[in-house]
Amino acid sequence: MNGSASLDTRGLLCPVPIIKLAERMRAEPPGATVRILSDDPGIAVDLPAWCEGHGHALLSLEEDAEGCYEGEVRKAGPSG
Amino acid sequence: MRTVKAVGLLSGGLDSTLATALLLEQGVEIQGLNFSTGFCLTDHRRAMRRETDPRRIRNEALRCGADLRVPVDIVDICNSEYLGILTKPKYGYGSAANPCVDCRSFMFRRAREYMESEGGDFVYTGEVLGQRPMSQHMKQLRIIERESGLAGLLLRPLSARLLDPTIPEVEGWVDRTLLGRISGRSRKGQIELAERFGLGDFPQPAGGCCYLTDKSFAARFRDFLKFQPGEYVPRYDDFLLLKVGRHFRLPTGTKVIVGRDAAENRFLIRFYDGHWVFQVRGFEGPTVLSPEPLEEDDAGLVAGIAGRYSSGRAEALLEVAFGRAGHLDRLARVSPLAEAMVKTWQI
Repeated sequence: MNGSASLDTRGLLCPVPIIKLAERMRAEPPGATVRILSDDPGIAVDLPAWCEGHGHALLSLEEDAEGCYEGEVRKAGPSG
Repeated sequence: MRTVKAVGLLSGGLDSTLATALLLEQGVEIQGLNFSTGFCLTDHRRAMRRETDPRRIRNEALRCGADLRVPVDIVDICNSEYLGILTKPKYGYGSAANPCVDCRSFMFRRAREYMESEGGDFVYTGEVLGQRPMSQHMKQLRIIERESGLAGLLLRPLSARLLDPTIPEVEGWVDRTLLGRISGRSRKGQIELAERFGLGDFPQPAGGCCYLTDKSFAARFRDFLKFQPGEYVPRYDDFLLLKVGRHFRLPTGTKVIVGRDAAENRFLIRFYDGHWVFQVRGFEGPTVLSPEPLEEDDAGLVAGIAGRYSSGRAEALLEVAFGRAGHLDRLARVSPLAEAMVKTWQI
């Protein structure tokens, strides 16, 4: 069991999932993790790029059989 | 000595990537800012879900941030104020539906507000003097600076040495002698800089990524506005629909939108509310929408257009189901319309 916050962006068109994730991450403390669900295929390229630029750690990113992506991101900074 | 912080307007095109690299080289802290206008071709390609090549659907601003290790915030500006500027621009349109001077003034004003809230010292862009006909000549650059309230605080690193010194240069926050003197439409200067910085993954040329510069879109845009009442308040969905399908205007003024393939048909489903929907029975055919209200006499014509673009177009008579908001509770028996007639109505 992990303590990640969750963000369901299924049905939202790009770049809204990344905008929503950024808003959510701003509210979280350094080291916190957030899980994001998205059915926008662009998330597969945009999420790693967004994490790289911000210095966040992309812990996982997987696609299921229905084409839905689930990613987990740890916010940059000390995990406490 | 404190670190200088700059807010960069990043499209992720080569020019804004190079402008960022030039400032990083001088030790400037960068915060990237990318505005989502709702008229980005890449975003639309993604929404259509036809593309499988990641390079065709990636967000170039985020790609730029990843390559240069700078954070990029995407800000959604597709609101009523922005749409109002698009429909009634103070400085007019370019060759299509592109009110570039007004659009950039709006963006730069938002960038100034963002800079102030983030504690930035100045704003920069990848603009190149004389590169684009409408927004990057000296006169327009000055109008945009004045309208945005960024006078003196807007640096164009690629052309800086051809422009008046800005506050960041005068104050020594950046070294003007290390900035560029690129102008015009040739990409030679940019290519040389890209080689120096080892940037090989060039994105599409900037300027080709906005629907508002597309001539076909512009024709639909102008037609749409012509048929709106004087008190019309722009809604983004109205303009989103202009990107999709074949568009027709019947002699009575009725508008018809015909999906061109499975991706567009699927996309049009989200617009069922507020529209009459037509679908040919017994044959493969497009999703056809016509905004409410629909004149009774026009229903047969719209059904005939639906027939023309179905696989039953050679039939003498077709059944076309139709109804409001996707409830196809009516039936029309029509002959598919001749292509020559349909084409005269196409926008």
